[in-house]
Amino acid sequence: MANLKPLWRYGFIAALMACASALTAAAEPKPDIWDKVRTSLFAGRPISEQADAVIELDAPVRAEDAATVPIAIHTKLPQSKDAYVKKVYLVIDHNPSPLGAVFTFAPDSGRADLETRVRIEEYTHVRAIAELSDGKLYMASRYVKASGGCSAPAGKDQAAALARLGKMKIRLDSAVALNQPNQAQLMISHPNNSGLAMDQLTRLYVPAHFVRRIDVSYAGKPILTAEVDFTISENPNFRFYFVPRTEGELKAEVVDSNDLKFESSIAVRQGAGS
Amino acid sequence: MRELAPGLFVHSGVQEESSPRNLGDIANIGFIVGGKCVAVIDTGGSIVVGNRLREAVKAATKLPICYVVNTHIHPDHIFGNAAFKSDNPVYVGHARLAAAMAARGRNYRNALLRDVGEAVAASEIIPPTLEVKDTLDLDLGGRTLRLTAWPTAHTDNDLTVFDTRSETLWLADLLFVEHMPVVDGSLKGWLSVVAEIAALQPQRVVAGHGEAADWRRALSDQERYLRILLDETRAAIKAKRTMQQAVDSVGLGEKDKWLLSEGFHRRNVTAAYAELEWED
Repeated sequence: MANLKPLWRYGFIAALMACASALTAAAEPKPDIWDKVRTSLFAGRPISEQADAVIELDAPVRAEDAATVPIAIHTKLPQSKDAYVKKVYLVIDHNPSPLGAVFTFAPDSGRADLETRVRIEEYTHVRAIAELSDGKLYMASRYVKASGGCSAPAGKDQAAALARLGKMKIRLDSAVALNQPNQAQLMISHPNNSGLAMDQLTRLYVPAHFVRRIDVSYAGKPILTAEVDFTISENPNFRFYFVPRTEGELKAEVVDSNDLKFESSIAVRQGAGS
Repeated sequence: MRELAPGLFVHSGVQEESSPRNLGDIANIGFIVGGKCVAVIDTGGSIVVGNRLREAVKAATKLPICYVVNTHIHPDHIFGNAAFKSDNPVYVGHARLAAAMAARGRNYRNALLRDVGEAVAASEIIPPTLEVKDTLDLDLGGRTLRLTAWPTAHTDNDLTVFDTRSETLWLADLLFVEHMPVVDGSLKGWLSVVAEIAALQPQRVVAGHGEAADWRRALSDQERYLRILLDETRAAIKAKRTMQQAVDSVGLGEKDKWLLSEGFHRRNVTAAYAELEWED
Protein backbone atom coordinates (compact mmCIF):
# COMPACT_ATOMS: atom_id res chain seq x y z
CA MET A 1 0.00 0.00 0.00
CA ALA A 2 2.83 2.40 0.79
CA ASN A 3 3.52 3.17 -2.84
CA LEU A 4 -0.09 4.28 -3.21
CA LYS A 5 0.36 7.07 -0.69
CA PRO A 6 2.51 9.62 -2.47
CA LEU A 7 1.92 12.16 0.26
CA TRP A 8 3.40 9.99 2.97
CA ARG A 9 6.72 11.67 2.72
CA TYR A 10 5.09 14.57 4.48
CA GLY A 11 4.92 12.28 7.47
CA PHE A 12 1.20 11.98 7.33
CA ILE A 13 -0.09 8.60 8.35
CA ALA A 14 -3.62 9.11 9.61
CA ALA A 15 -5.06 8.59 6.15
CA LEU A 16 -5.99 4.95 6.39
CA MET A 17 -7.54 5.35 9.81
CA ALA A 18 -9.64 8.18 8.52
CA CYS A 19 -10.52 6.06 5.50
CA ALA A 20 -12.30 3.45 7.57
CA SER A 21 -14.34 5.99 9.45
CA ALA A 22 -15.25 7.94 6.34
CA LEU A 23 -16.94 4.89 4.92
CA THR A 24 -19.30 4.30 7.79
CA ALA A 25 -22.75 5.66 7.16
CA ALA A 26 -23.49 7.04 10.58
CA ALA A 27 -22.60 10.66 11.26
CA GLU A 28 -20.51 10.14 14.38
CA PRO A 29 -18.67 13.05 15.95
CA LYS A 30 -15.19 13.18 14.44
CA PRO A 31 -11.95 13.75 16.30
CA ASP A 32 -10.29 16.97 15.34
CA ILE A 33 -8.51 15.73 12.29
CA TRP A 34 -7.11 19.15 11.50
CA ASP A 35 -5.13 19.16 14.73
CA LYS A 36 -3.46 15.91 13.73
CA VAL A 37 -2.77 17.01 10.18
CA ARG A 38 -1.42 20.31 11.38
CA THR A 39 0.95 18.70 13.87
CA SER A 40 2.09 16.18 11.34
CA LEU A 41 2.78 18.75 8.60
CA PHE A 42 3.88 21.85 10.49
CA ALA A 43 4.68 20.72 14.05
CA GLY A 44 4.41 23.77 16.28
CA ARG A 45 4.91 26.45 13.63
CA PRO A 46 2.39 29.29 13.84
CA ILE A 47 -0.18 29.57 11.04
CA SER A 48 -1.80 32.93 10.50
CA GLU A 49 -5.48 32.87 9.72
CA GLN A 50 -5.42 36.61 9.03
CA ALA A 51 -4.52 35.57 5.53
CA ASP A 52 -6.57 37.79 3.22
CA ALA A 53 -3.50 39.67 2.07
CA VAL A 54 -1.77 36.41 1.14
CA ILE A 55 -4.20 33.67 0.14
CA GLU A 56 -7.91 33.20 -0.57
CA LEU A 57 -9.83 30.01 -1.18
CA ASP A 58 -13.00 29.83 -3.27
CA ALA A 59 -15.24 26.80 -2.93
CA PRO A 60 -19.00 26.38 -3.20
CA VAL A 61 -20.91 26.33 0.09
CA ARG A 62 -22.91 23.36 -1.16
CA ALA A 63 -21.33 21.14 -3.79
CA GLU A 64 -23.46 20.17 -6.76
CA ASP A 65 -21.55 16.97 -7.37
CA ALA A 66 -19.42 15.77 -4.48
CA ALA A 67 -17.11 13.97 -6.91
CA THR A 68 -16.44 17.19 -8.86
CA VAL A 69 -16.18 20.20 -6.55
CA PRO A 70 -14.46 23.17 -8.21
CA ILE A 71 -12.03 25.04 -5.96
CA ALA A 72 -9.83 28.04 -6.63
CA ILE A 73 -6.78 29.19 -4.68
CA HIS A 74 -5.88 32.84 -5.20
CA THR A 75 -2.66 34.27 -3.84
CA LYS A 76 -2.05 37.99 -3.43
CA LEU A 77 1.73 38.24 -3.55
CA PRO A 78 3.59 38.61 -6.82
CA GLN A 79 6.14 35.80 -7.15
CA SER A 80 9.59 37.41 -7.02
CA LYS A 81 12.95 35.76 -6.57
CA ASP A 82 13.26 37.28 -3.10
CA ALA A 83 9.82 36.51 -1.75
CA TYR A 84 7.26 34.11 -3.12
CA VAL A 85 4.69 31.49 -2.24
CA LYS A 86 6.71 28.31 -2.19
CA LYS A 87 4.03 25.74 -1.44
CA VAL A 88 0.29 25.50 -1.04
CA TYR A 89 -1.08 22.55 0.95
CA LEU A 90 -4.65 21.51 0.33
CA VAL A 91 -6.29 19.82 3.32
CA ILE A 92 -9.83 18.45 3.35
CA ASP A 93 -10.36 17.46 6.96
CA HIS A 94 -12.96 14.73 6.64
CA ASN A 95 -11.73 13.11 3.46
CA PRO A 96 -10.26 9.59 3.52
CA SER A 97 -6.92 11.20 2.68
CA PRO A 98 -7.07 14.62 4.36
CA LEU A 99 -3.86 15.92 2.77
CA GLY A 100 -5.13 15.92 -0.80
CA ALA A 101 -2.44 17.91 -2.56
CA VAL A 102 0.82 19.76 -2.13
CA PHE A 103 1.54 22.30 -4.85
CA THR A 104 5.08 23.65 -5.20
CA PHE A 105 5.54 26.93 -7.04
CA ALA A 106 8.55 28.87 -8.28
CA PRO A 107 9.28 32.53 -8.94
CA ASP A 108 8.56 31.81 -12.62
CA SER A 109 5.04 30.71 -11.72
CA GLY A 110 4.23 34.42 -11.65
CA ARG A 111 1.29 33.80 -9.36
CA ALA A 112 0.84 30.85 -7.06
CA ASP A 113 -2.80 30.53 -8.07
CA LEU A 114 -4.45 27.26 -8.81
CA GLU A 115 -7.87 26.02 -9.78
CA THR A 116 -8.85 22.37 -9.76
CA ARG A 117 -11.71 20.02 -8.83
CA VAL A 118 -11.79 17.75 -5.83
CA ARG A 119 -13.78 14.93 -4.32
CA ILE A 120 -15.37 15.56 -0.96
CA GLU A 121 -16.54 12.66 1.17
CA GLU A 122 -18.38 14.44 3.98
CA TYR A 123 -19.35 17.91 5.16
CA THR A 124 -15.94 19.35 5.89
CA HIS A 125 -13.56 22.25 6.19
CA VAL A 126 -11.38 22.71 3.14
CA ARG A 127 -8.09 24.47 3.85
CA ALA A 128 -5.40 26.02 1.70
CA ILE A 129 -2.19 26.73 3.58
CA ALA A 130 0.43 28.89 1.88
CA GLU A 131 4.07 28.48 2.87
CA LEU A 132 6.12 31.50 1.88
CA SER A 133 9.78 31.43 0.89
CA ASP A 134 10.62 32.88 4.32
CA GLY A 135 8.84 29.96 5.98
CA LYS A 136 5.76 31.86 7.18
CA LEU A 137 2.43 30.05 6.98
CA TYR A 138 -0.98 31.49 6.14
CA MET A 139 -4.28 29.63 5.93
CA ALA A 140 -7.58 30.28 4.20
CA SER A 141 -10.47 27.89 4.78
CA ARG A 142 -14.04 27.27 3.71
CA TYR A 143 -16.73 24.92 4.93
CA VAL A 144 -18.25 22.81 2.14
CA LYS A 145 -21.43 20.76 2.30
CA ALA A 146 -20.95 17.69 0.14
CA SER A 147 -20.92 13.96 0.68
CA GLY A 148 -19.99 10.72 -1.01
CA GLY A 149 -17.42 12.13 -3.42
CA CYS A 150 -14.55 9.76 -2.67
CA SER A 151 -16.38 6.46 -2.53
CA ALA A 152 -18.58 7.63 -5.40
CA PRO A 153 -18.69 6.03 -8.77
CA ALA A 154 -15.62 6.29 -10.84
CA GLY A 155 -17.03 7.65 -13.99
CA LYS A 156 -20.30 7.98 -15.76
CA ASP A 157 -19.03 6.04 -18.75
CA GLN A 158 -16.36 3.63 -17.57
CA ALA A 159 -15.54 2.19 -20.99
CA ALA A 160 -14.99 5.62 -22.53
CA ALA A 161 -12.84 6.71 -19.57
CA LEU A 162 -10.48 3.74 -19.93
CA ALA A 163 -10.15 4.22 -23.66
CA ARG A 164 -8.95 7.78 -23.06
CA LEU A 165 -6.57 7.09 -20.17
CA GLY A 166 -3.47 9.26 -20.28
CA LYS A 167 -4.64 11.63 -22.97
CA MET A 168 -3.64 15.20 -22.09
CA LYS A 169 -4.37 18.72 -23.22
CA ILE A 170 -2.65 21.98 -22.41
CA ARG A 171 -4.54 25.17 -23.18
CA LEU A 172 -3.62 28.80 -22.89
CA ASP A 173 -6.53 30.89 -21.77
CA SER A 174 -5.64 34.00 -23.76
CA ALA A 175 -2.99 35.45 -26.08
CA VAL A 176 0.45 35.00 -24.56
CA ALA A 177 2.30 38.05 -23.22
CA LEU A 178 6.00 37.72 -22.39
CA ASN A 179 7.37 38.65 -18.97
CA GLN A 180 4.08 38.52 -17.18
CA PRO A 181 1.88 35.82 -15.67
CA ASN A 182 -0.18 33.91 -18.25
CA GLN A 183 -2.86 31.42 -17.30
CA ALA A 184 -2.72 27.88 -18.64
CA GLN A 185 -4.98 24.88 -18.22
CA LEU A 186 -3.78 21.29 -17.97
CA MET A 187 -6.29 18.49 -18.53
CA ILE A 188 -5.40 14.84 -17.90
CA SER A 189 -7.75 12.04 -18.87
CA HIS A 190 -7.52 9.59 -15.99
CA PRO A 191 -10.14 7.76 -13.87
CA ASN A 192 -8.25 8.73 -10.70
CA ASN A 193 -9.88 5.81 -8.89
CA SER A 194 -9.98 6.21 -5.14
CA GLY A 195 -9.82 2.50 -4.36
CA LEU A 196 -12.78 3.05 -2.05
CA ALA A 197 -15.53 1.58 -4.21
CA MET A 198 -16.22 -2.06 -3.36
CA ASP A 199 -17.12 -4.78 -5.81
CA GLN A 200 -20.38 -6.16 -4.45
CA LEU A 201 -19.75 -9.65 -5.80
CA THR A 202 -16.18 -10.22 -4.74
CA ARG A 203 -16.29 -7.88 -1.71
CA LEU A 204 -12.94 -6.59 -2.90
CA TYR A 205 -12.13 -2.97 -3.44
CA VAL A 206 -11.64 -1.78 -6.99
CA PRO A 207 -7.90 -1.04 -7.05
CA ALA A 208 -6.81 2.53 -6.51
CA HIS A 209 -5.34 4.08 -9.64
CA PHE A 210 -4.69 7.78 -9.61
CA VAL A 211 -2.36 10.52 -10.75
CA ARG A 212 0.23 11.09 -8.04
CA ARG A 213 2.64 13.65 -9.42
CA ILE A 214 2.64 16.36 -12.05
CA ASP A 215 5.66 18.43 -13.03
CA VAL A 216 5.05 21.48 -15.19
CA SER A 217 8.05 23.29 -16.64
CA TYR A 218 8.55 26.16 -19.03
CA ALA A 219 11.66 26.34 -21.20
CA GLY A 220 13.20 23.75 -18.90
CA LYS A 221 12.53 25.66 -15.68
CA PRO A 222 10.07 24.44 -13.03
CA ILE A 223 6.71 26.18 -12.84
CA LEU A 224 4.53 23.90 -10.77
CA THR A 225 4.83 20.54 -9.09
CA ALA A 226 1.67 18.90 -7.81
CA GLU A 227 1.84 15.93 -5.46
CA VAL A 228 -1.72 14.66 -5.43
CA ASP A 229 -3.96 11.65 -4.94
CA PHE A 230 -7.56 10.55 -5.56
CA THR A 231 -8.73 13.67 -3.74
CA ILE A 232 -8.46 15.25 -7.19
CA SER A 233 -11.52 14.45 -9.32
CA GLU A 234 -11.60 12.08 -12.26
CA ASN A 235 -9.87 13.65 -15.28
CA PRO A 236 -7.62 15.93 -13.21
CA ASN A 237 -7.80 19.50 -14.37
CA PHE A 238 -5.58 22.39 -13.25
CA ARG A 239 -5.44 26.07 -14.11
CA PHE A 240 -2.21 27.78 -13.13
CA TYR A 241 0.10 30.64 -14.14
CA PHE A 242 3.56 30.83 -15.68
CA VAL A 243 5.82 33.67 -16.81
CA PRO A 244 7.44 33.15 -20.21
CA ARG A 245 10.62 35.21 -20.50
CA THR A 246 11.21 34.03 -24.05
CA GLU A 247 9.28 31.84 -26.43
CA GLY A 248 9.60 28.23 -25.38
CA GLU A 249 7.92 24.98 -24.51
CA LEU A 250 5.35 24.52 -21.75
CA LYS A 251 5.59 20.91 -20.70
CA ALA A 252 3.68 18.69 -18.27
CA GLU A 253 4.94 15.33 -17.04
CA VAL A 254 2.56 13.07 -15.15
CA VAL A 255 3.16 9.90 -13.11
CA ASP A 256 0.32 7.79 -11.76
CA SER A 257 0.10 5.28 -8.91
CA ASN A 258 0.85 2.39 -11.31
CA ASP A 259 3.99 4.25 -12.40
CA LEU A 260 2.51 4.94 -15.81
CA LYS A 261 4.03 8.12 -17.24
CA PHE A 262 2.39 10.58 -19.57
CA GLU A 263 3.65 13.82 -21.00
CA SER A 264 2.43 16.63 -23.16
CA SER A 265 3.79 19.99 -24.27
CA ILE A 266 2.95 22.98 -26.36
CA ALA A 267 5.11 25.58 -28.03
CA VAL A 268 4.41 29.04 -26.65
CA ARG A 269 4.69 32.01 -28.99
CA GLN A 270 4.05 35.62 -28.11
CA GLY A 271 0.51 36.71 -28.92
CA ALA A 272 -0.72 33.18 -29.65
CA GLY A 273 -3.48 31.49 -27.66
CA SER A 274 -4.94 28.03 -28.07
CA MET B 1 -51.27 1.05 -9.31
CA ARG B 2 -52.92 1.72 -12.67
CA GLU B 3 -53.56 -0.76 -15.46
CA LEU B 4 -52.31 1.38 -18.32
CA ALA B 5 -53.05 -1.32 -20.92
CA PRO B 6 -54.50 -4.82 -20.36
CA GLY B 7 -52.02 -6.63 -18.11
CA LEU B 8 -49.61 -3.69 -17.91
CA PHE B 9 -49.56 -2.05 -14.49
CA VAL B 10 -47.75 1.13 -13.46
CA HIS B 11 -47.28 2.73 -10.07
CA SER B 12 -46.28 6.41 -10.14
CA GLY B 13 -43.71 7.51 -7.59
CA VAL B 14 -43.93 10.97 -6.07
CA GLN B 15 -41.92 13.77 -7.69
CA GLU B 16 -39.52 14.19 -4.79
CA GLU B 17 -36.06 13.15 -3.71
CA SER B 18 -35.92 10.03 -1.49
CA SER B 19 -36.79 10.76 2.14
CA PRO B 20 -37.91 9.00 5.33
CA ARG B 21 -41.45 10.10 4.47
CA ASN B 22 -41.62 8.65 0.94
CA LEU B 23 -39.29 5.71 1.71
CA GLY B 24 -37.77 5.99 -1.74
CA ASP B 25 -41.08 5.68 -3.59
CA ILE B 26 -40.11 8.29 -6.17
CA ALA B 27 -39.83 6.42 -9.48
CA ASN B 28 -42.39 4.85 -11.78
CA ILE B 29 -42.35 1.08 -11.38
CA GLY B 30 -44.70 -1.76 -12.33
CA PHE B 31 -45.20 -5.11 -13.97
CA ILE B 32 -46.47 -6.86 -17.09
CA VAL B 33 -48.57 -10.04 -16.93
CA GLY B 34 -48.23 -12.64 -19.68
CA GLY B 35 -49.91 -16.02 -20.24
CA LYS B 36 -47.58 -17.97 -17.97
CA CYS B 37 -45.72 -15.48 -15.79
CA VAL B 38 -45.02 -11.90 -14.79
CA ALA B 39 -42.15 -9.49 -15.44
CA VAL B 40 -41.54 -6.78 -12.86
CA ILE B 41 -40.09 -3.59 -14.33
CA ASP B 42 -38.02 -1.76 -11.71
CA THR B 43 -38.54 -2.34 -8.02
CA GLY B 44 -38.51 1.11 -6.38
CA GLY B 45 -36.14 2.91 -4.07
CA SER B 46 -36.28 0.60 -1.04
CA ILE B 47 -37.24 -2.85 0.18
CA VAL B 48 -40.51 -1.34 1.47
CA VAL B 49 -41.47 -0.11 -1.98
CA GLY B 50 -40.43 -3.47 -3.46
CA ASN B 51 -42.62 -5.34 -0.96
CA ARG B 52 -45.62 -3.17 -1.84
CA LEU B 53 -45.03 -3.82 -5.52
CA ARG B 54 -44.88 -7.56 -4.89
CA GLU B 55 -48.19 -7.38 -3.03
CA ALA B 56 -49.71 -5.55 -5.97
CA VAL B 57 -48.53 -8.30 -8.32
CA LYS B 58 -50.06 -10.97 -6.04
CA ALA B 59 -53.34 -9.02 -5.93
CA ALA B 60 -53.46 -8.81 -9.73
CA THR B 61 -52.55 -12.37 -10.70
CA LYS B 62 -51.77 -15.85 -9.39
CA LEU B 63 -49.03 -16.30 -12.01
CA PRO B 64 -45.45 -16.47 -10.78
CA ILE B 65 -42.88 -13.69 -11.17
CA CYS B 66 -40.28 -14.97 -13.62
CA TYR B 67 -38.34 -11.79 -14.39
CA VAL B 68 -37.27 -8.70 -12.47
CA VAL B 69 -35.96 -6.14 -14.96
CA ASN B 70 -33.82 -3.20 -13.80
CA THR B 71 -33.86 -0.36 -16.33
CA HIS B 72 -30.65 1.18 -14.94
CA ILE B 73 -28.43 1.60 -11.89
CA HIS B 74 -30.19 4.38 -10.00
CA PRO B 75 -31.20 3.53 -6.44
CA ASP B 76 -34.84 4.56 -6.84
CA HIS B 77 -35.19 1.81 -9.48
CA ILE B 78 -33.27 -1.07 -7.93
CA PHE B 79 -33.42 -1.02 -4.14
CA GLY B 80 -36.65 -3.04 -4.04
CA ASN B 81 -34.95 -6.01 -5.78
CA ALA B 82 -34.62 -8.04 -2.60
CA ALA B 83 -38.41 -8.12 -2.16
CA PHE B 84 -38.56 -10.69 -4.98
CA LYS B 85 -35.81 -13.05 -3.85
CA SER B 86 -38.30 -15.69 -2.68
CA ASP B 87 -39.79 -15.79 -6.20
CA ASN B 88 -36.43 -16.89 -7.61
CA PRO B 89 -36.80 -14.67 -10.64
CA VAL B 90 -34.22 -14.06 -13.34
CA TYR B 91 -32.84 -10.57 -12.65
CA VAL B 92 -32.34 -8.80 -15.97
CA GLY B 93 -30.23 -5.74 -16.75
CA HIS B 94 -27.99 -3.99 -19.24
CA ALA B 95 -24.62 -5.69 -19.79
CA ARG B 96 -22.96 -2.78 -17.97
CA LEU B 97 -25.33 -2.76 -15.00
CA ALA B 98 -23.31 -5.17 -12.85
CA ALA B 99 -20.17 -3.04 -13.22
CA ALA B 100 -22.08 0.07 -12.23
CA MET B 101 -23.51 -1.75 -9.20
CA ALA B 102 -20.00 -2.82 -8.20
CA ALA B 103 -18.70 0.73 -8.49
CA ARG B 104 -21.59 2.48 -6.80
CA GLY B 105 -23.39 -0.07 -4.64
CA ARG B 106 -21.73 0.69 -1.36
CA ASN B 107 -22.09 4.42 -1.78
CA TYR B 108 -25.74 4.05 -2.75
CA ARG B 109 -26.46 1.98 0.33
CA ASN B 110 -24.79 4.52 2.60
CA ALA B 111 -26.82 7.30 1.00
CA LEU B 112 -30.01 5.25 1.35
CA LEU B 113 -29.46 4.71 5.06
CA ARG B 114 -28.61 8.38 5.52
CA ASP B 115 -31.46 9.83 3.43
CA VAL B 116 -34.24 7.31 3.99
CA GLY B 117 -33.23 5.64 7.22
CA GLU B 118 -32.84 2.35 9.04
CA ALA B 119 -36.44 1.39 8.18
CA VAL B 120 -35.18 0.30 4.76
CA ALA B 121 -31.94 -1.35 5.91
CA ALA B 122 -33.00 -4.65 4.30
CA SER B 123 -32.65 -3.08 0.84
CA GLU B 124 -29.97 -4.84 -1.20
CA ILE B 125 -28.04 -4.44 -4.40
CA ILE B 126 -28.82 -7.53 -6.49
CA PRO B 127 -26.93 -7.73 -9.78
CA PRO B 128 -28.48 -9.12 -12.98
CA THR B 129 -28.31 -12.85 -13.70
CA LEU B 130 -29.28 -12.22 -17.33
CA GLU B 131 -27.50 -9.44 -19.20
CA VAL B 132 -28.64 -7.63 -22.31
CA LYS B 133 -25.92 -6.56 -24.75
CA ASP B 134 -28.07 -5.23 -27.59
CA THR B 135 -31.58 -6.67 -27.70
CA LEU B 136 -33.25 -9.61 -26.01
CA ASP B 137 -36.80 -11.03 -26.12
CA LEU B 138 -38.44 -12.27 -22.92
CA ASP B 139 -41.40 -14.62 -23.38
CA LEU B 140 -44.08 -14.25 -20.71
CA GLY B 141 -46.33 -16.83 -22.44
CA GLY B 142 -48.00 -15.40 -25.53
CA ARG B 143 -46.58 -11.99 -24.69
CA THR B 144 -43.12 -10.95 -25.75
CA LEU B 145 -41.10 -8.17 -24.19
CA ARG B 146 -38.35 -6.77 -26.36
CA LEU B 147 -35.49 -5.40 -24.26
CA THR B 148 -33.04 -2.92 -25.76
CA ALA B 149 -29.69 -1.97 -24.23
CA TRP B 150 -28.79 1.58 -25.28
CA PRO B 151 -25.44 3.29 -25.67
CA THR B 152 -24.54 5.68 -22.84
CA ALA B 153 -27.34 8.23 -22.38
CA HIS B 154 -29.07 8.90 -19.03
CA THR B 155 -26.55 6.43 -17.54
CA ASP B 156 -24.13 3.97 -19.15
CA ASN B 157 -26.59 1.12 -18.56
CA ASP B 158 -30.01 2.19 -19.82
CA LEU B 159 -32.39 -0.61 -20.79
CA THR B 160 -35.87 -0.14 -22.30
CA VAL B 161 -38.74 -2.64 -22.41
CA PHE B 162 -41.16 -2.79 -25.34
CA ASP B 163 -44.36 -4.73 -24.70
CA THR B 164 -45.27 -6.02 -28.14
CA ARG B 165 -48.89 -6.75 -27.21
CA SER B 166 -49.85 -3.26 -26.06
CA GLU B 167 -47.13 -1.51 -28.05
CA THR B 168 -46.05 0.23 -24.88
CA LEU B 169 -42.45 1.40 -24.67
CA TRP B 170 -41.19 1.46 -21.09
CA LEU B 171 -38.51 4.15 -21.35
CA ALA B 172 -37.86 4.55 -17.64
CA ASP B 173 -35.38 7.36 -17.04
CA LEU B 174 -34.63 7.92 -20.70
CA LEU B 175 -37.68 10.15 -20.31
CA PHE B 176 -38.37 12.55 -17.45
CA VAL B 177 -41.74 14.31 -17.38
CA GLU B 178 -42.00 17.52 -15.33
CA HIS B 179 -39.14 16.22 -13.13
CA MET B 180 -35.89 17.82 -14.30
CA PRO B 181 -33.89 15.34 -16.41
CA VAL B 182 -30.76 14.10 -14.66
CA VAL B 183 -27.56 13.66 -16.68
CA ASP B 184 -25.48 10.82 -15.28
CA GLY B 185 -24.16 9.28 -18.49
CA SER B 186 -23.61 11.36 -21.57
CA LEU B 187 -25.48 14.47 -22.61
CA LYS B 188 -24.57 13.99 -26.25
CA GLY B 189 -25.39 10.29 -26.05
CA TRP B 190 -28.80 10.99 -24.53
CA LEU B 191 -29.67 13.48 -27.27
CA SER B 192 -28.89 10.92 -29.94
CA VAL B 193 -30.81 8.13 -28.17
CA VAL B 194 -33.81 10.45 -27.81
CA ALA B 195 -33.77 11.00 -31.56
CA GLU B 196 -33.87 7.24 -32.13
CA ILE B 197 -36.69 6.78 -29.65
CA ALA B 198 -38.84 9.43 -31.27
CA ALA B 199 -38.64 7.45 -34.52
CA LEU B 200 -40.03 4.27 -32.88
CA GLN B 201 -43.63 5.58 -32.73
CA PRO B 202 -44.95 3.43 -29.88
CA GLN B 203 -48.65 3.57 -28.87
CA ARG B 204 -47.76 4.71 -25.42
CA VAL B 205 -44.74 5.35 -23.24
CA VAL B 206 -43.92 4.86 -19.57
CA ALA B 207 -41.50 7.48 -18.27
CA GLY B 208 -39.23 6.95 -15.27
CA HIS B 209 -40.65 10.00 -13.51
CA GLY B 210 -43.95 11.75 -14.25
CA GLU B 211 -46.79 10.76 -16.54
CA ALA B 212 -46.13 10.70 -20.26
CA ALA B 213 -49.76 11.08 -21.42
CA ASP B 214 -48.48 13.08 -24.39
CA TRP B 215 -45.12 11.43 -24.84
CA ARG B 216 -44.13 13.31 -27.99
CA ARG B 217 -44.49 16.59 -26.19
CA ALA B 218 -42.72 15.27 -23.09
CA LEU B 219 -39.85 13.99 -25.20
CA SER B 220 -39.52 17.29 -26.98
CA ASP B 221 -39.57 19.26 -23.69
CA GLN B 222 -36.79 17.05 -22.44
CA GLU B 223 -34.86 17.46 -25.68
CA ARG B 224 -35.17 21.25 -25.41
CA TYR B 225 -33.64 21.20 -21.94
CA LEU B 226 -30.81 18.88 -22.93
CA ARG B 227 -30.09 20.93 -26.05
CA ILE B 228 -29.90 24.19 -24.08
CA LEU B 229 -27.62 22.52 -21.55
CA LEU B 230 -25.40 21.34 -24.40
CA ASP B 231 -25.31 24.61 -26.33
CA GLU B 232 -24.80 26.94 -23.39
CA THR B 233 -22.20 24.76 -21.67
CA ARG B 234 -20.30 24.38 -24.92
CA ALA B 235 -20.37 28.17 -25.39
CA ALA B 236 -19.10 28.68 -21.83
CA ILE B 237 -16.16 26.34 -22.42
CA LYS B 238 -15.37 28.05 -25.70
CA ALA B 239 -15.39 31.41 -23.89
CA LYS B 240 -12.86 29.87 -21.45
CA ARG B 241 -15.19 30.21 -18.53
CA THR B 242 -14.42 27.91 -15.60
CA MET B 243 -16.68 25.11 -14.43
CA GLN B 244 -17.91 27.24 -11.54
CA GLN B 245 -18.68 30.16 -13.85
CA ALA B 246 -20.60 27.82 -16.15
CA VAL B 247 -22.56 26.39 -13.22
CA ASP B 248 -23.55 29.93 -12.25
CA SER B 249 -24.69 30.95 -15.72
CA VAL B 250 -25.88 28.07 -17.91
CA GLY B 251 -29.56 27.27 -18.50
CA LEU B 252 -30.98 29.81 -16.06
CA GLY B 253 -34.04 30.21 -18.31
CA GLU B 254 -34.90 26.52 -17.85
CA LYS B 255 -34.75 26.28 -14.07
CA ASP B 256 -38.33 27.34 -13.38
CA LYS B 257 -39.77 24.97 -15.98
CA TRP B 258 -38.99 21.80 -14.05
CA LEU B 259 -39.64 20.22 -10.67
CA LEU B 260 -36.61 19.55 -8.45
CA SER B 261 -34.35 21.83 -10.49
CA GLU B 262 -32.74 23.10 -7.27
CA GLY B 263 -31.39 19.64 -6.65
CA PHE B 264 -30.35 18.78 -10.18
CA HIS B 265 -29.77 21.65 -12.55
CA ARG B 266 -26.40 22.83 -11.31
CA ARG B 267 -25.23 19.25 -11.07
CA ASN B 268 -26.29 18.72 -14.69
CA VAL B 269 -24.18 21.70 -15.76
CA THR B 270 -21.22 20.26 -13.83
CA ALA B 271 -21.65 16.93 -15.63
CA ALA B 272 -22.13 18.60 -19.01
CA TYR B 273 -19.00 20.69 -18.52
CA ALA B 274 -16.90 17.67 -17.53
CA GLU B 275 -18.12 15.81 -20.63
CA LEU B 276 -17.84 18.63 -23.15
CA GLU B 277 -14.47 20.06 -22.15
CA TRP B 278 -12.86 17.06 -23.84
CA GLU B 279 -14.41 17.88 -27.21
CA ASP B 280 -12.30 18.82 -30.27
